[in-house]
Amino acid sequence: MSNTHGMTPTNSAIFGGSLRIPGEKAAAKTVVRATWKPRQRWRAFSSKLFFFTSLMATVLAVAALIYLLQSVAEQGLDRVSWSFITSFPSRFPAKAGVKAALWGSAYLTALTAAIAVPIGVGAAVYLEEFAADSKLRRFIDINIANLAGVPSIVYGMLGLMLFVRICNFGRSLLAGAATMSLLILPIIIVASREALKTIPMGIRHAAFGLGATRWQTVRAHVLPSALPGILTGVILSLSRAVGETAPLLMIGALSYMAFVPETPMDAFTVLPIQIFNWTARPQDEFHVTAAAGIIVLLALLLTVNALAIFMRMRYQRKAQW
Amino acid sequence: MVNAGKDQATVFEPSAPYAIEVNDVNVSYGTSRAVLDVSLKIPEHTIVALIGPSGCGKSTLLRSMNRMNDFVSSAKVTGEILFRGSNIYADEADPVLLRRQIGMVFQKPNPFPTSIRKNITWGPGINGFQGDYNKLVESSLRRAALWDEVAGKLGESGLALSGGQQQRLCIARAIAMDPDVILMDEPCSALDPGSTLKIENLLLELKERFTIVIVTHNMQQARRVSDYTAFMYQGELVEFGPTDGVFETPRQELTRDYVSGRFG
Repeated sequence: MSNTHGMTPTNSAIFGGSLRIPGEKAAAKTVVRATWKPRQRWRAFSSKLFFFTSLMATVLAVAALIYLLQSVAEQGLDRVSWSFITSFPSRFPAKAGVKAALWGSAYLTALTAAIAVPIGVGAAVYLEEFAADSKLRRFIDINIANLAGVPSIVYGMLGLMLFVRICNFGRSLLAGAATMSLLILPIIIVASREALKTIPMGIRHAAFGLGATRWQTVRAHVLPSALPGILTGVILSLSRAVGETAPLLMIGALSYMAFVPETPMDAFTVLPIQIFNWTARPQDEFHVTAAAGIIVLLALLLTVNALAIFMRMRYQRKAQW
Repeated sequence: MVNAGKDQATVFEPSAPYAIEVNDVNVSYGTSRAVLDVSLKIPEHTIVALIGPSGCGKSTLLRSMNRMNDFVSSAKVTGEILFRGSNIYADEADPVLLRRQIGMVFQKPNPFPTSIRKNITWGPGINGFQGDYNKLVESSLRRAALWDEVAGKLGESGLALSGGQQQRLCIARAIAMDPDVILMDEPCSALDPGSTLKIENLLLELKERFTIVIVTHNMQQARRVSDYTAFMYQGELVEFGPTDGVFETPRQELTRDYVSGRFG
């Protein structure tokens, strides 16, 4: 609360009477000052120490990644070729390829996205924009956060019971995608809610103040603004799905497939399972094949992540506050 | 500081017609009571200023006039607020329709992160405006004294404007809905003196067409622009009357102390 508006305070008003000008005679009143201990050297040292600690942490993480990439590339890079990508697996290591697994991974990811994104984003919008703050909502909040931490093998068992047996999807692509959707739903919901939370309340109030309904507000302003964050969460969760093995082993994805799945009800395999299968074999040549498979999987993951970054940048240009 | 009791409040009754009538309104957030038994009548085509120290309930009272308090889950409103003679808190009242007729300008400029043009046209669009959108954009921006500054760049983002321009864009956005009443919650508190002056001049023109209720911390501003002033203290309405009277010959000691800058 101020009542000085309309007037620019002059220097003497700001500093009172005690503004000291060099050369002027010392004022009659002496100012007593407290003792200060700046500990300048310790503060500078601890700042540098922290800088190096965090730098080392980064270097360690990157070094581990480089070592992994380097050892995989050394073993398998020569093996990666067009025929490796376009051949089906074989009992002869030199002829084996990832065609079925690569297509299986691509279809599974697309089908998982088609199931999990609408449900996940819808649930996030409901919880963040529509649901009143109630005990039930807090109960749901806690459980979604907990679900994100459930081991993936447990989702595999649930998928086996629910989709393979009860829904009678069999050991199909659809059963796999439904199971993967359950696995990544909590991640999509949590990430989307965080993205919605970052949108300033002022935007919502502005829309409500113009006589907009909740849905109009969400549809026209909140969702578009939150889209980059939602997309990032969605794509990161999908790249998790690309790399998952355990739940698909559980529901019975095949490890040897000599055809590309054509309908959602077909049997399927995915890259991690194919790689797992090859590494489990005694012949050294298959380990080279496995390394080549890992390179293909990493390339797929990096493509998906690059897509996420590209889309985020594209949509982010619009909204800044 | 003496506590102003309800029975000793000085509440002037302006002559009809009224845009908004507030009758015995109480607003509470959980256990804390923000507005206590406030009654006042806001005549059409006037500017009414709500003044008082921070936390006195003036913003809460303003937000209850277009049911923006609905979005605070702990807020509870009792009493009645009449708009066009019917209680906006009645069960059959539709807050969405109400906010279409009672516009609002907020403390912090909050343009949509879209083009200047879209900022103006979105509200009328979702509410079924059937006229010429180009004319609507121009007339709204002209009335908000912003047209000359943005005429050539209607496609640019509203967020690219300066703070003062953003606030005038928000006023233009509210005007475009052709509301009956515009509520303003400290619209100049984030602005420099030049922008403030522009908005004050704008308000004086706008009252020809709209009724304006403005919350302000700035007593000079209340004095310059408003026809009536309501002084609130600790949730209660202490004094309400013509602005000159409230500032020059206040009936309440509390009002006198406040407008003379002795506290606040």
